[in-house]
Parts: sequence; C-alpha cells; structure tokens
Amino acid sequence: MFVARSIAADHKDLIHDVSFDFHGRRMATCSSDQSVKVWDKSESGDWHCTASWKTHSGSVWRVTWAHPEFGQVLASCSFDRTAAVWEEIVGESNDKLRGQSHWVKRTTLVDSRTSVTDVKFAPKHMGLMLATCSADGIVRIYEAPDVMNLSQWSLQHEISCKLSCSCISWNPSSSRAHSPMIAVGSDDSSPNAMAKVQIFEYNENTRKYAKAETLMTVTDPVHDIAFAPNLGRSFHILAIATKDVRIFTLKPVRKELTSSGGPTKFEIHIVAQFDNHNSQVWRVSWNITGTVLASSGDDGCVRLWKANYMDNWKCTGILKGNGSPVNGTSQLGNSNPSLSSNTPNLQNSLHGSSAGRYFFPPLDSPRAGSRWSSCAQLLPPPAPLVEHSCDADSANLQYPHPRRGDRSRPLNPLPENEGV
Amino acid sequence: MEELDCEPAITWIPGVNSKKKQMCFDWGPGEMLLCETSFSKKVDTSEKVPSCPFIYIVRKDVDVYSQILRKLFNESHGIFIGLQRIEEELTGKSRKAQLVRVSKNYRSVIRACMEEMHQVAIAAKDPASGRQFSSQVSILSAMELIWNLCEILFIEVAPAGPLLLHLLDWVRLHVCEVDSLSADVLGSENPSKHESFWNLVTVLVLQGRLDEARQMLSKEADANPSCASMCRILGDLMRTMPILSPGNTQTLTELELKWQHWREECERHLQDSTFAASPRLEALCKIMLGDEATLLEHKELLSNWYHFLVTRLLYSNPTVKPIDLHFYAQSSLDMFLGGESSPEPLDNILMAAFEFDIHQVIKECSIALSNWWFVAHLTDLLDHCRLLQSHNLYFGSNMREFLLLEYASGLFAHHSLWQLGVDYFDYCPELGRVSLELHIERIPLNTEQKALKVLRICEQRQMTEQVRSICKILAMKAVRNNRLGSALSWSIRAKDAAFATLVSDRFLRDYCERGCFSDLDLIDNLGPAMMLSDRLTFLVYHSAGISPDLLFLKVCL
Repeated sequence: MFVARSIAADHKDLIHDVSFDFHGRRMATCSSDQSVKVWDKSESGDWHCTASWKTHSGSVWRVTWAHPEFGQVLASCSFDRTAAVWEEIVGESNDKLRGQSHWVKRTTLVDSRTSVTDVKFAPKHMGLMLATCSADGIVRIYEAPDVMNLSQWSLQHEISCKLSCSCISWNPSSSRAHSPMIAVGSDDSSPNAMAKVQIFEYNENTRKYAKAETLMTVTDPVHDIAFAPNLGRSFHILAIATKDVRIFTLKPVRKELTSSGGPTKFEIHIVAQFDNHNSQVWRVSWNITGTVLASSGDDGCVRLWKANYMDNWKCTGILKGNGSPVNGTSQLGNSNPSLSSNTPNLQNSLHGSSAGRYFFPPLDSPRAGSRWSSCAQLLPPPAPLVEHSCDADSANLQYPHPRRGDRSRPLNPLPENEGV
Repeated sequence: MEELDCEPAITWIPGVNSKKKQMCFDWGPGEMLLCETSFSKKVDTSEKVPSCPFIYIVRKDVDVYSQILRKLFNESHGIFIGLQRIEEELTGKSRKAQLVRVSKNYRSVIRACMEEMHQVAIAAKDPASGRQFSSQVSILSAMELIWNLCEILFIEVAPAGPLLLHLLDWVRLHVCEVDSLSADVLGSENPSKHESFWNLVTVLVLQGRLDEARQMLSKEADANPSCASMCRILGDLMRTMPILSPGNTQTLTELELKWQHWREECERHLQDSTFAASPRLEALCKIMLGDEATLLEHKELLSNWYHFLVTRLLYSNPTVKPIDLHFYAQSSLDMFLGGESSPEPLDNILMAAFEFDIHQVIKECSIALSNWWFVAHLTDLLDHCRLLQSHNLYFGSNMREFLLLEYASGLFAHHSLWQLGVDYFDYCPELGRVSLELHIERIPLNTEQKALKVLRICEQRQMTEQVRSICKILAMKAVRNNRLGSALSWSIRAKDAAFATLVSDRFLRDYCERGCFSDLDLIDNLGPAMMLSDRLTFLVYHSAGISPDLLFLKVCL
C-alpha cells in the first residue's frame, strides 16, 4: 500500500472516527471538538472541506453515512447521550460557488441515559433504519418510515444487553434466507460479565429481536465488531476486536432441528485469532468484498488480514506511523494522482507492496543491495528517502535486465526478430 | 507447499506516532482512510490538539495509476478475452499452436511496454525518475524472461532436441549485449585488433552462434597470419558441429552419435596441443567441449547462471530431456554463484520453472511482483493448457479464479480501467458475478454518461437489483436538486412505483403552487411507463388537459 494523499484535518481536538461514503468520494470526520466535517473529492482528486459544524455538546464518537439511495444523510453519536441524523441541503448558488454545502439536523435521538457509543445504519433493504448502542447497555433501533421526511423517526426496538455496549454491527447479508441480524459488543470490564458478544435476530412472528447467540469464548472487553459482506456464502463471518483479533464463522443450523419459531441456532467456529497487535485491538472493519479485514490496535498499527487459498488467515500488510515530523504541507502528490504514480511515499521503497505476500507467504524479505527485489514493485513510488543502489551512475543510461553483478552495460537495443 | 511466517510489508504513515497513539480507519471502494487517534481515553476530557494533523488516503495497486502500463492492461485485456472466447474452438493439434501464439502475443505486449518505458526513461528530465523508469524496464524485462521460459517449458512443451534450440533462442533474446558489442567491433577499422574482439568471439561461442564466430576468426586469420591455420582448424570444428535444426529428419540417436564423434575430434586437437600457441583459441575449444572450469572463467560474459546452464547443455548434453533439466539447473546455479551469494527471487522463479513446478512459479511471482497482472494472465493461460490442478479456495474455486478476482478488483480502483475489470469478472464462474455486483454499485456516477454506461453493463447481465439501486440513487439526487423530470425518468427506470408516486406528488404540488407543469414534454412522452403508479398516471393525464372527472373514471375502472 502507499500513501496517496494527505489532507490537513483541521479539527481542534482528537479525531475519533473517519468514514467514507458509499462511493468513496466524500468523507466525514468527527472529533472531541464536538464537530463533524464533511470533505468532498473533486474531479482532479483533491479533497476539500465542504462543511464543518458543531453537532453535539460532547465528544463525537462515531459518524456514519446512510446508503445514497436515501440521499445525503449522516448519523453521529456522542458522549452527550444523544445520536443525531443530518441531511445535506442543496444550497444557494452562492454556497455552491464557494464550495460549501449545508447540513441540517433532522432529528435528535435522546432516549439514552448515557454516552452513545456507536451508531450504524441498517442494510438498505431494510429501509432507512439505524441502531445505536450506549453505555447504559441498551441497543435502540429507529426507523424513518418516510424517506422524504427525515424528521420523523420512531423507536422500534429496545434491546437490553445488560452490559455496557461499545459497538454494533448489522449483518449486511440481504438474502431472503437470513432474517435481520445485529451483533453487539460490550466493553464491560467486570469479570462476572460473561456475554461480551451477543447476536440478536429479528423474528417475523413476534416482530421482535430475540437473542440468538452469545459468544461464550469471548470474555475480555470487546471494542469493535463487524460482520463481513456476504459473497453468497451460506454462513456468516464476524470479526471481533478485543484483546486480540478474532474471526468467527456462524453456520445456521437447519430450522427443522431447532424449535420452530425460535431464533436460528448457529454452529460457531473460530477460524482465526491474532495477537500481533500485542495489546488491545480497538477497531475491525471489512473491505467492500469482505475479503480483507483491517484491524487497529494499541500498538499504533493497522493490520490487514486475508485468507489464503488454504483458508489460513495471515497478516498481509501493516500500516504504521513512523513518528517523523510532518512539515505541514497538505495534499502531497501532484495534481493528477489518478494518472501518474508520482505520489511520494517516504519509505515504501524498502518494502514493496507485494501483492502476493498473503496468498503465498514470502520465503525471503527483500534485501538491500539486491537489485531485483529492491525494484520488485513494478512502479516504485518516486523520490524515496532511502535510495537503493539502482546503479545508474554512468552517463549513458543502462538498460540491464535483472541479473547479478553491478557492471553497467551498454544500451541494449531490442532485437528485431523474436527468434523463437 | 511449505509456508513460512514472515513479516508482512509495512507501509509507513508519516507524522503518526505509533508509540503513543493509534489509528482509526475506514475502507472505501478503492482506498483506505487513516487518521491518528487515541482509543484508550474514552472519557470526555479535552486533549491537546492531535500531534498529527493529517488524514491519510492509502491505496494499494500502485501500478493501476501508471500511464504507460495502461496500454499493457488494455492490450492484454484484448488477448485475455480472445483466449476465453476461442476456448471451445481449441482442439487437437492446432490447440497447442494457438496457445503458443497467445503466449507470444502477451510477450509482445510486454516488450512494447518495455520499449515505451525505455523511451520515457531516456527522456526523463531528472535522474531520479529516469532511474526509476529504467528499473521498471528491468522488471518488465524479467517478466518477459520468465514468461518466455514458461512458454517453452509448459506451453510449447518442447521435447528433447528442440528444447535446447528454444533455450538457446531464449538466452540469445535476453542476454543480447552481443549485438551492440558486435556492432562496435565490426564497425571499427581493425576488428581483430579491437579490445573487445576476443570477448565478442567468446560470447558468440557461448551463445552457440558458431557461424558468426567463424567469421570473426577468419578476420583474425587475415590480420594475423601466424595463427591462420589454427583459426582455420577451429573454424572447421565450429562449422561441423552437429546440431539439430528445425525440419531436420535425423533422429536424436543419430544426432547424438554424430555429436560424440565431433567431440572426440575436438578432444583430439586439445590433446595434440593444436591450439597451444594461442591460449585464447584453446579456451574456445575447451568451451566447445563444455569444460565447466573454462566456462566459469567467463562468468562476466555469461553474466548469469541460466546462460551458463544453456551453454553447458549445448556443449555437454544437447539432447537433454526436459525432466533432467532441473539437475543441470541446480548445479549450474550452485557453480555459478560459487557460494559467494545466495539466489535472488528471480533465480528462484526460474529454478521452479526448470523443475516444472508450476505452482511454485506462480507463488514466487506473486511474492516478487507487486501487481497481480502477471500472475493472473499467466495462470489463466496455463489453466487453458490444462496444467493447473484445482485447489479448493474459500473464495474462488481455484487459483486461476482467485488471481483474476484480485486483478480485476484492483482495476476497479481506477476511474476508467474498471471497465476492463468487468470482463475479467465475467470469466470467473464462481464469484465473478457477485464480486462484480459489489464493485459496480460503488462506481461514482459523476456524469450521466458514466451512469448510463454502468447501467448498460448491469442490464446486459440481468443485475436487476443493481440497476434498481443505481437508478434510485440518481433519482434521489435529482429530487434533492429539484430536477423533477430527471427524478421521474430515473424512478421509472428503477421500476420504483413508490418513488415515482413521490415524484409525481412533487410535480403536482409544484403545479398547485405555480400553475404550470415543468418538464411537460417528458411527462407527455412517458408512454406505457406512466402506468407504473396511479399518481403518475394521474399526472400524465392531468398535464395533458384531460378533465379530472374522466381521469377519475379511468382510474376506477
């Protein structure tokens, strides 16, 4: 991977969440400075802040986008015990010229008695619906029945989890075979608290959410939880951020074998467990096809996990801060990032972003001085700080194909006939 | 396949202090958002301004963003599609020839890209980027080297005899300083006095280009009469070396017999010290006898172990069988490196090929290269050659599909190359469709033209849910911007009766407020689509001036 862009965030306090919209052309950030900022990507690839406004009277923990089928809608949740829904209003032409847009609050959800720790929109096939969870241990599900009138939200369900909740995840699977499902994680640190991960399923008959499973093997505080997008599998995959990264599969047991009318029973298996972060894992999130999991931990790293062809999960990449001072210039990279490769990545030349590392774990890491491996990226990012000995000191451009030895050779004209 | 655990590649994020802080992140369709944060303190106490003031956008698939590689991606896409389509027609003897032709097409595309990048490297204004471009040329050259070898061993499946000829061509193609050296020497006034003359002659012998070597020797004979007779004798040996030529009808056994006799003649000259007066000529004779020590004295001219391998084979076992290759390959590698250095990734890849371990070749290439392009296309071609056993994968039923999915997903990160990706997904029977569904709905619909293109692709594949969703998104966007006509046509295309009703309501409200209809011609020309919703039908009739009473009757009946 490489750093394509950097954008000066301009928040006055710690940022707690960053969120891309569905198409990856807008993003939202939220902060302890109580505001949310929205950024838009221009045609040339530059990012501009198009809105910045105070959203709560406390730190804003999470911000999330609704599906664009519902328009431009955001939800935020905060320490101030509320969650809020925001809609973008198409502004006056003056605003447009200044590149600014205007967001209005459509509703405030005030039912929680404690800090609201997470807010997530439900999968779009369920309509415009969202869930919140709070330190008071209650998951609340709200619905806006009229998508053209976002000021009307009704509380549809209150699910009592009995433990302080830190995170929720909707199962994105839209298959008819699966009822709506939501997983809830708790970061309650008291040792008696057993049910740190609970899974609730909607029952068509009772029209209520009922507990389907508790993951009994997860006994440490859970900080984040994420269902993977479903590529047509019959089973579900759930990632948990706790004292390590854990990935579970949940295979629905056939309905005939369980008491009819009750929630689905699942066969639960753990397929991976990683403690590479050496510490608490705070966030887990799946890419859009559900093939790569990213996790963020106390070690200050973001790690990427992927299953290889043997179904073994491995870490395939690490994103790490090197602590080097930044010189305050924003928008690294030239004006045409989508066309050229000239975006500086300060030290990526040493460790090429090898595509196959996770599929086939490498036998050897690239060595300095090895010309082939140091150039193994087909397009190494330009201007690396640490120069490798791609020896081209001679005046005439050498054109070697990778081989041993450092003798510069004269220019190699391509032969006219292929020969074979 | 042995799997060792190694540290994965690290991407450094400037400014973030991983010792003190953590990072929050989010996935996008083609990128990732990253930002420094601190998770441990959830209590609402004010922190100082974050030490790292930046949000980062991180991407993989660097190569997708290169202008020059664009051509590689586009042209190889054409070859790929062609290969998938002719699959049914590939039968019998012509099948192999066709597949070899496809392989050569891929290779010529790589070479064309190399050529172009080479031009850019020369023209580069600053030395740093010039260096980078030339190192990329180097990588493309290595890719072609590997592909060429795979073509010879796996696709052409050259048997003993022709195998050596192919390998000779392979070496000659890829270690071709010879031509420029030759031009230098021959272009000079006194070629045989040129400082590189003997190097040239030696290299020609090493590459089995004996006719040319003989011509060089005759120049030396002319210039230096004292060794004219030695040159003549050596030249005769060169001329008479038995070699299999294409179309030659002799059997391998016959060839081998003749070759043994020829060898004995060479050996005799050595023992008779025919060339004793000229150590150089003697060395050439020893080379022609495949003497390893002499060959190794010319490491610089050989320049790599696989050249050494092929020269060895030429002069000590020209009828080598494919299955015996790897013995010679391994010993050549060991002898050439001589314990001074260890094999590099390229060496491992070539060795795996000589061992006919296709999976290992693909594995090593996947590790060494940063882009899925090479392994995806090569594996697909080898799969068409029926060379891959299928390993069951979790996503993707076999390696071919896995690699194609990875490659195609990478293409979707790019604002125009995604269209190529569509076709690759089409040829992934297990997960291609669902992967395409997930990727295609994320494409930003900046322009109407792009939206229509995306919709056409979905409609062609009966991806009705994606069509509906995309039209709905566009309808919603239009409503927000008060472009009611556009909203109406999108909601009709989405077959979304409820939304069409909503939009019709808006139209009618507008009418009540303003006394006229906007987008009248759109409404007039809806045709049967106006039956999508009652409200819409009402709108159409009302706008056409039909009396509400008549319409009321129409609606009721």
